[in-house]
Amino acid sequence: MPMAASEIEQLIREAIPDAVVTIRDLRGDGDHYAARVVSSSFAGMSRIRQHQKVYAALGGRMGGELHALQLETAAA
Amino acid sequence: MSDAKDRIGELIRSNDIVLFMKGTALFPQCGFSARAISILDHLNAKYETVDVLQDQEIRQEIKAYSDWPTIPQLYVKGEFVGGSDIMMEMFESGELHELVAANAE
Repeated sequence: MPMAASEIEQLIREAIPDAVVTIRDLRGDGDHYAARVVSSSFAGMSRIRQHQKVYAALGGRMGGELHALQLETAAA
Repeated sequence: MSDAKDRIGELIRSNDIVLFMKGTALFPQCGFSARAISILDHLNAKYETVDVLQDQEIRQEIKAYSDWPTIPQLYVKGEFVGGSDIMMEMFESGELHELVAANAE
């Protein structure tokens, strides 16, 4: 079951309030996304921890209903 | 499941570079796994692969083991490096080249 880009963005913003989230629908099929998430809360965290924080925000959907999300994170 | 955990521990201990992926290096079964393989091949890395599609226990356990929800997953010298996005970022910045070169042979 695909997820809307707006839903992905909302989930990330709920968990990381200052996040600047940019989402691209790579194939226009509502199933393959690329997201860039920039947040000051990432400062000092490894890439792995930054990605884990975003995956946690998505609450278990990653790898399930959200199959393909290319992720790029950066500290603000 | 602790058996799968032991087997994962053994795989990452006995191989300097190991990629948990869908499919094989020759026939990756997912675009992200294919991307991970292209990166490793581009770096002339010597690596082992584990096809999680052939082993449901490992497929489930590796997610908990690394606290990472997706496949592929790269381990170098027993350390979790990341998935294909992090591999690509580290490839572009040259960090992955250093990491792999330091662990070649």
